[in-house]
Amino acid sequence: MHHLERTGSLPIMYIYEEIDQKLVDERVAQFRDQTRRFLAGKLSEEEFRALRLRNGLYIQRYAPMLRIAIPYGLLSAKQLRKLAHITRKYDRGYGHFSTRQNLQINWPQLKDVPDILGELATVQMHAIQTSGNSFRNVTTDHFADVARDEIVDSFAWCEIIRQWSTFHPEFSYLPRKFKIAVNGAESDRAAVAVHDIGLHAVRDASGEVGFKVLVGGGLGRTPMVGYVIREFLPWKHLLTYLEAILRVYNLLGRRDNIHKARIKILVKERGQDRFRKEVDAEWAQLKDGPSTLTAEEVARIENRFARPAYTALPATDPRLDAALASNRAFASWHARNVSPHKRTGYAAVTLSLKKTGVPPGDVTADQMDAIADLADRYSYGELRVSHEQNLIFADVQLTDLYALWQQARALGLATPNLGLLTNIVCCPGGDFCSLANAKSIPVAEAIQRRFDDLDYLHDIGELDLNISGCMNACGHHHVGHIGILGVDKNGEEWYQIEIGGNQGEIRPGVTASLGKAIGPSFARAEVPDVIERLIECYLGRRESDAERFIDVVRRIGIEPFKESVYGNADQRAAHRRGQLAAA
Amino acid sequence: MATLIKERRIAADNWQLLERDEAGAPLALPAWGEVIVPLATWLERRGELLARPGRLGVWLDANEQPEPIAGDLDRFAVIAVNFPKFGDGRGYSTARLLRERYGFKGELRAIGDVLYDHLYFLEQCGFDAFALREDQDAQHALSAFDTFSDGYQTSALRPMPLFRRRLAAAKP
Repeated sequence: MHHLERTGSLPIMYIYEEIDQKLVDERVAQFRDQTRRFLAGKLSEEEFRALRLRNGLYIQRYAPMLRIAIPYGLLSAKQLRKLAHITRKYDRGYGHFSTRQNLQINWPQLKDVPDILGELATVQMHAIQTSGNSFRNVTTDHFADVARDEIVDSFAWCEIIRQWSTFHPEFSYLPRKFKIAVNGAESDRAAVAVHDIGLHAVRDASGEVGFKVLVGGGLGRTPMVGYVIREFLPWKHLLTYLEAILRVYNLLGRRDNIHKARIKILVKERGQDRFRKEVDAEWAQLKDGPSTLTAEEVARIENRFARPAYTALPATDPRLDAALASNRAFASWHARNVSPHKRTGYAAVTLSLKKTGVPPGDVTADQMDAIADLADRYSYGELRVSHEQNLIFADVQLTDLYALWQQARALGLATPNLGLLTNIVCCPGGDFCSLANAKSIPVAEAIQRRFDDLDYLHDIGELDLNISGCMNACGHHHVGHIGILGVDKNGEEWYQIEIGGNQGEIRPGVTASLGKAIGPSFARAEVPDVIERLIECYLGRRESDAERFIDVVRRIGIEPFKESVYGNADQRAAHRRGQLAAA
Repeated sequence: MATLIKERRIAADNWQLLERDEAGAPLALPAWGEVIVPLATWLERRGELLARPGRLGVWLDANEQPEPIAGDLDRFAVIAVNFPKFGDGRGYSTARLLRERYGFKGELRAIGDVLYDHLYFLEQCGFDAFALREDQDAQHALSAFDTFSDGYQTSALRPMPLFRRRLAAAKP
């Protein structure tokens, strides 16, 4: 294969120390032994379950599912080629990028999983703590280190947290899974308010870096927006403060009911102020202790990240301008899928994994290899996975945008729908997942087919549409501007529609919120019509093109939308009678 | 009878663990011998227990924290922490608090659903004795303590996090 790699350049990527590699290798050996003992009948199903889950291995509807960690969504071309190889050798030649910035493969054999983990370890990858009642993959802004509104490089902080949370002895068995998100920019592109802990980097008046700490957010069956437990935590106290929160949670979090075990329930039951006091009391014991970070350590981690050799480039490119003027399809892709970069002459490009007819987030092995080649050629061999299930080339020179677009288009990865209605976030749903109440992928596809007119899509403007096949909410339906939830009614698949959710303060002033259900649920075939009526209501009510769907919902409330879908009160009663009759 | 591992060796166990009487009836204390009593028994019958000859132990259930015995740690040769299910991770924090905050120096014993695959992290949190669940292979269990060669965080066994140890090693 022919690679035109930029000479002497490395992807942005944390490079393992000897000890990082050793721990991952030791984990592979540990899991190999555990799998062997399970297959030999020396470990019970229940005992092995807890062990395999913390290595990302689920037993799913048809086969095991392995969730491979992509720490904070950062991936090198070399690693992506390894993933392609793994899906070919051990699976069915494709993978699914999840809303946690991880990759899931759906058909591995249990006996092969230790070998898969061994192969991952050769490229500094693993599946550590991608499931189970433990710290999960720490997630962040997919535009970290390139965004113009950057406050700090969140990757370094994510890596510090990754190390701290990997095999933390004390938090071996938390009451429930635990998700931490870090946002290092002004805009919140990491949805920090809907994580167990959200860290939003801020600078105080003196310019010192710290974090606004949110706690108790989360989706799932009891969705909540996190509250600010601390407005400004100086960076050096990050780990001791996290440790204090986690110790309080580990000791007091409910363990009697899996559905009430997340930290959000503990916060709710104790109250925000009391919880803050308990954390502060614990922190008083840990503060300034040995886990207090030092400037040397932060610098060491930052320096373990390889960096591309950026070159000084002009701010504009005449050939790019000409192509934009003459090629409407390219211009439309550029308008949606190309984002500004903090370095002059560069841009960040989103490769859409939301082509109609392809399950959102799915990529074939051949596409992975081709994407790896493109990453080598155009983005220093580096890419990121976004929590919206797309891939980002973060460091593309303006002069390369047209060529990249042509090649991405040939691969089916240039759908110009970033931020638009068809950029659907979607879980694997009932086609794959044993938890699901309903299928989600066919619903996404039906909606994408209904809204296949690009001009209309652009006219509708920015809109997050999220679909989950059950209330576990892997498709983040609560924070979609429109959210769709699969529900089970007497063994049949129905869909409840919510509006008004928002993943985070991407735009100043539009804070994170949870959607509200508009009314009784619908059969699958009805869903595209319902979405269309919601859109018509929005278009009829918006005051300008700049006012987005979510803005209109905030301004006028959900009642007009309800009415446009169900009609007035009389019509609603008739609708309900019809549904009852059908049931 | 569960096998005891103490300080990474299979050890004889002369302690008698007194189970809690769920109905609340006072436990019959054996006239002699070393006993590990439930926390409630210690709190209710402190004087009687202190007057008994021989060494004394106390055990905490998963939902019991060490504060009530924090002032009396030197009276106990053994503190045991119960794991009703291996997946109930409260005891890991309890152990660290006993060792690191309250400075307990005696035997800290994990009891209950204590399995091979959790020994490494239990030891990191400060347990030095493990009453293995009955079906566990004690000889095999001895190898669990070498599962990982190091860790990033502080623990009862490693008071300094890796980054500080690394920094100290780099400085002359």
